[in-house]
Amino acid sequence: MLKTEELQINIGPQHPSTHGVFRMLVTVDGETVIDLKPVFGYLHRNHEQLAEQNTYLQNMPYTDRLDYFNSMANNQAYAMAVEKLAGIEVPERAEYIRVLMVELTRILNHAGALGFLINDMGMWQTQLAFGMREREKILDLFESASGARLMCNYFRFGGVARDLPPDFLPRLKDLLRAMPAFVDEMERLLCENDILMQRSEGVGILPRDLALAYSVTGPVLRGSGVAYDIRKAEPYSIYDRFDFDVPVGTVGDVYDRFLVRVEEMRQSKRIIEQILEQLPDAQGGHINPKARQNVRPPVGDVYARIESPKGELGFYLVSDGSTKPYRYKVRAPSFINLTPLGDMCRGYRVADMVVILGSIDIVMGEVDR
Amino acid sequence: MARLSAAELRERLRNDLPAALVEPAPLNLKAAPAHGAQAAGFITTDAVVAPERLVAAALYLRDTLGYAYLSDIAVVDYLADGLFELGYRFYHVEGGPSLVIKTRVPRETPEVPSLTPVWPGANFHEREAFDLYGIIFTGHPFLRRIYLWDEFEGFPMRKDFPKQGDKYIGADE
Repeated sequence: MLKTEELQINIGPQHPSTHGVFRMLVTVDGETVIDLKPVFGYLHRNHEQLAEQNTYLQNMPYTDRLDYFNSMANNQAYAMAVEKLAGIEVPERAEYIRVLMVELTRILNHAGALGFLINDMGMWQTQLAFGMREREKILDLFESASGARLMCNYFRFGGVARDLPPDFLPRLKDLLRAMPAFVDEMERLLCENDILMQRSEGVGILPRDLALAYSVTGPVLRGSGVAYDIRKAEPYSIYDRFDFDVPVGTVGDVYDRFLVRVEEMRQSKRIIEQILEQLPDAQGGHINPKARQNVRPPVGDVYARIESPKGELGFYLVSDGSTKPYRYKVRAPSFINLTPLGDMCRGYRVADMVVILGSIDIVMGEVDR
Repeated sequence: MARLSAAELRERLRNDLPAALVEPAPLNLKAAPAHGAQAAGFITTDAVVAPERLVAAALYLRDTLGYAYLSDIAVVDYLADGLFELGYRFYHVEGGPSLVIKTRVPRETPEVPSLTPVWPGANFHEREAFDLYGIIFTGHPFLRRIYLWDEFEGFPMRKDFPKQGDKYIGADE
């Protein structure tokens, strides 16, 4: 028997495969991970304290910076929380535009996340470039609607900042026509590649009961076989009008989480197609003309949550009746999804650890806040 | 997907967990004005339990009512009322709205029993609350700062934390 010795090493914070400034304090025995503690906070800026010193609308661009891949989804969760607190109604057309934007966000997030995941597995850059190429097309659409590519700041209380430009829908239809080919290509690249299959199948298993106990959400939870999607479990906005499926995995390994994301892109496309059918009949404009942007909600507390591409994104607000929130709390999905990372990596190799982290899909802007 | 409402939860807790519920006092949020009367306080509709019965109440939600998903732990600093309020938010895995149990601790001795030993998902939520508010979760296996560095003094989300001129942004300049 070879004599081995445990060694404690730091992966990160400046390491290309940690998706930002994130440190993993790993105890290894040879190549095997024995223990792992995530260490973060390098991007901490006390976002919640900043938000308590701003008026409600001033926080809208700040929410873009939480999960900078999905600024539209962050906007929606925050706008929903304030609307619930202040009792603002949203016109039907505005709801359609919102859901359209958030579903596009889901596609671009998953395209990027899967690109990064395969990048982590060692298929250096090729797949990442494919994912980013598709993401760029959607960002072009965002730019035409909101004026910005990443930090969209598009939502307002009671609707969205401006209506869709005239060429938006034709461009969107072109994009949707080209999308299935891309998704199939993405799926084939993993499922028909023996090396990548070996890197992902049976790696980083998170069993169903552990996933629930650790309160993970989003594709990680569904990859473990729990069909919990907030769009179905507690429908918000107008999600009860659309017909779509919630894909679930069986084992809860990296491969399942990959497949769930691929299928979610297809389901998002389905939702967008239904929006395109129903949008011309939608009542109202892009914003409720009676909605005041400088809101002064009554005293009370509220929690609103959405199924962001990474999981449950929630905002908890307490109002003291003034123009600034008394308490503003973000329930960030990728922060909580990191809780089981130690258990998921235990017993696997150091190289697998990077893949497992990539399959959780974290964004440090949201983890550290 | 009809689930329990907050009032039904209070009724259940009153019957099944004696001495857990406490009657919440109205929260003022702001100090009383120098002249005139204090405005009417805000009374929460959620169930408020005593801190020492918190773990029992959470396990009751999970094991008896089936609310197995702990979504969020939010701390609010009610400075004028001299207390911290912790809101624990639970969901049923089959869907439906949330159930919230709240607990209140005095600002001077913010000690709450930890949920982490029985509910590992509470781990990061509690570490965050400790880091930013200084809530001591007794029984937590690894109660260390999660965002700030270990040597940091004070708890920056408390309402009385100095926002200007403290030692970290150059009071002596």
